[in-house]
Amino acid sequence: MTEPLLSIRGLTKAYPGVVANDDVSFDIQPGEVHALLGENGAGKSTMVKMIYGLVKPDSGEMRMRGAAYAPAEPQAARASGVAMVFQHFSLFDALTVAENIALGMANPPALRDLAARIREVSEQYGLPLDPWRVVGDLSAGERQRVEIIRCLLQNPKLLIMDEPTSVLTPQEVEILFETLRKLKSEGTSILYISHKLEEIRALCDEATILRLGKKVATCTPRDTTAREMAELMVGAELHTPSRDYNEPGAVRLALNGLSVASPGQFGTSLKGITFEVRAGEVLGLAGVAGNGQDELLGALSGELRSAAGMVVLDGAEIGTKGPGERRRMGLLTAPEERLGHAAAPDMSLTENAALTAVDRRQIATNGFLNWGRARDFAKEIIARFDVRTPGTENAARSLSGGNLQKFVIGREVLQDPQVLVVNQPTWGVDAAAAATIRQAILDLAAGGAAVVVISQDLDELMEVSDRFAALNEGRLSDIRPAKGLTVDEIGLMMGGAHDMEVAHG
Amino acid sequence: MLRLEKRRQPSQAFAYATPVMAVIATMIFGGLMFAALGKDPVAAIRTIFWDPLFGQHAFYYRPQLLVKGGPLILIAIGLSLGFRAGIWNIGAEGQYILGALGGAGVALAFYPMEGWFIFPLMILGGAIAGCAWAMIPGLLKVRFGTNEILVSLMLVYVAEQLLASMSLGLMKNPQGFGFPGSRNLQQYPSAHNADLIANTGMHWGVAAAFIAVIFAYILLTRHQLGYHIRLTGEAPRAAKFAGVSPARLILFCLGISGALAGLAGMFEVSGPAGQVSIDFNTGYGFTAIIVAFLGRLHPVGILLAGMLMALTYIGGEIAQSSMGLPAAAIQMFQGMLLFFLLAVDVLTSYRLRFGKGEVA
Repeated sequence: MTEPLLSIRGLTKAYPGVVANDDVSFDIQPGEVHALLGENGAGKSTMVKMIYGLVKPDSGEMRMRGAAYAPAEPQAARASGVAMVFQHFSLFDALTVAENIALGMANPPALRDLAARIREVSEQYGLPLDPWRVVGDLSAGERQRVEIIRCLLQNPKLLIMDEPTSVLTPQEVEILFETLRKLKSEGTSILYISHKLEEIRALCDEATILRLGKKVATCTPRDTTAREMAELMVGAELHTPSRDYNEPGAVRLALNGLSVASPGQFGTSLKGITFEVRAGEVLGLAGVAGNGQDELLGALSGELRSAAGMVVLDGAEIGTKGPGERRRMGLLTAPEERLGHAAAPDMSLTENAALTAVDRRQIATNGFLNWGRARDFAKEIIARFDVRTPGTENAARSLSGGNLQKFVIGREVLQDPQVLVVNQPTWGVDAAAAATIRQAILDLAAGGAAVVVISQDLDELMEVSDRFAALNEGRLSDIRPAKGLTVDEIGLMMGGAHDMEVAHG
Repeated sequence: MLRLEKRRQPSQAFAYATPVMAVIATMIFGGLMFAALGKDPVAAIRTIFWDPLFGQHAFYYRPQLLVKGGPLILIAIGLSLGFRAGIWNIGAEGQYILGALGGAGVALAFYPMEGWFIFPLMILGGAIAGCAWAMIPGLLKVRFGTNEILVSLMLVYVAEQLLASMSLGLMKNPQGFGFPGSRNLQQYPSAHNADLIANTGMHWGVAAAFIAVIFAYILLTRHQLGYHIRLTGEAPRAAKFAGVSPARLILFCLGISGALAGLAGMFEVSGPAGQVSIDFNTGYGFTAIIVAFLGRLHPVGILLAGMLMALTYIGGEIAQSSMGLPAAAIQMFQGMLLFFLLAVDVLTSYRLRFGKGEVA
């Protein structure tokens, strides 16, 4: 066996009240694609932060090609050949690709030379990218390419990728995988973090599975089923959401040529969106981030107003009505961004429970708030959706992303909506909690509500939807029955790979 | 090395402790400043904080505490509602002037008629005038997206010109031998905002300030509107999602802060000041901004902060006359208070860590 590129031995990191990593050891071989798997809070992020020099381990050691490796800061990690593509991009919308990349460099060369280098690397790895384009105009997939190329310019020996495919169409994922395989063939190792088990099976050579900060298993993804891996992550048998099929009832929500201008400079305006959702039905809307999902949710929640007849709820035209009135009429929504949009970060869970439930849960009488009722409602959400928190008076910010997501979805579901619209309902939520949320959505539909699920997770959409459509640049594709759709067809509905199919041609 | 680390939850303990820490830091650094000016720092601090309350002439200064504190609290309560929602009315001084002009205008219009209804009408006139003045930045912001900080601030200077024009022209006392300034409302019984209990300083304006404190407390903790104000300040997008209309909230917050500042001006002109004159305004509208923040934008905090600020005003005046401290030094001293408050305020949401550590 060759000497491992990076050897991790007994790495431990504790935060007040929680051990993020407990005596974790594994090796990454040169030219290996190594998956790091685990639920939310299993300690994956802390682990890669330690490797990238963002967090210092309490104990344990790392060795890079046999030599001691203890980066004090990301600068040192990069100098040792470790690069990282973060889940959230740190790019400036108003600058060009080349300017953005230059900003991240210690001694950037002249922009003209840098642009030539960017072009060279992008062609070499099949990641087409124009260095002079303004980042604000790029799709999420293209932005990710900027981040990847920023890393590749450093000739890394180890590339860390945190949930890289969550923003990509299936075709774009293929392009990314081609690139990663090419890197691997050149001897670059990749540490790959993802929730998407099928992807890991397609790409990775080795997988290390973490649960509650401890390493619980290693496996070879190719020889393991996705279900087995999921169960290793959860440590229990996985519950698959089930549903009773009913005949769809009357039309509950109808959009008639909904067109709304985006309020943001780099947003996507909605262009003539038309669909109907019937009682008992789940409509799944796919699409890569930034194709109008936020705007569609806003137009349905009432944050964005349209002409009255463009949005029709149970026969009533509500396009000009505000969020409060729509909620009273039974149209509830849950936006994607949990902190700051669906919930106020520094307010308690009790206060956040009142955010949307004031009317439907009779929390206010004559404008005066009954905090006791709000607290009871918060308790109910916490109990029914297994939200892990010490209590209702904790700030929303103190909850982990997945737990806050459960709270936000639970808040809407428990208000007994006529129509529920959710955007990315299980984003960043672990497998068990995601199953709970999907089950709640299906139960709601079975009870006669109409549900619209906007998501980038195709597996999720296939699991819950009756009918399926995709958003692409603010337009809606044809709506088709979800049963029998292939991934390729879905990808094309989503707008393909944004004209980048030639990349590996 | 010193580092700041974000707390998972804002610290309750520090939320209460920081104003006290700021006062102590102000005493220390203010003392150093007084020492640098060649004065005895301990004596100066004692003159400012102790003498007005318990000194030899305290019987004279204690009522002054209410007279000065009342308008500060009244204005600061109004401002704090807007500040909570991220709506920055910096022009309370102008609204205060307009309130005085409105109130005095009503009174002078009825002069020399006597009647119980005149004083309530003056209250209404003051509130409406202040509110209307604040509506200018409000409507401009809602309609054209202008910055309310700039507009409200600039309107202060317009209001000052208006005040000068009124005291030299329209409202000038016809029997005033040509001196600038209106008739003295203290000598017009129906319009006089006299002490409710003689020689306590407790006039209607102080009562209004206490009522405003209670009103604001209930609004913020119990009422949906107060919840929406807090929500807008904490997370504007979440507020919109909850159904708050930003335009309506802007108008409400500016309107109420303008009305309260106008009330303060009206109570002042009909009481302690007595007349509309060129130098009627003394900066209450600006000091109230400090009071609002010193009180952590909390009604009860503002009540305490207003009294503390009044104390430094009165103590500062004593120090000026008895110790010969320059007026600028006293203003520096008050400025330090806000400066230190904002500085130590960081500790509520962040924790200080010593030594080199990781970025989490």
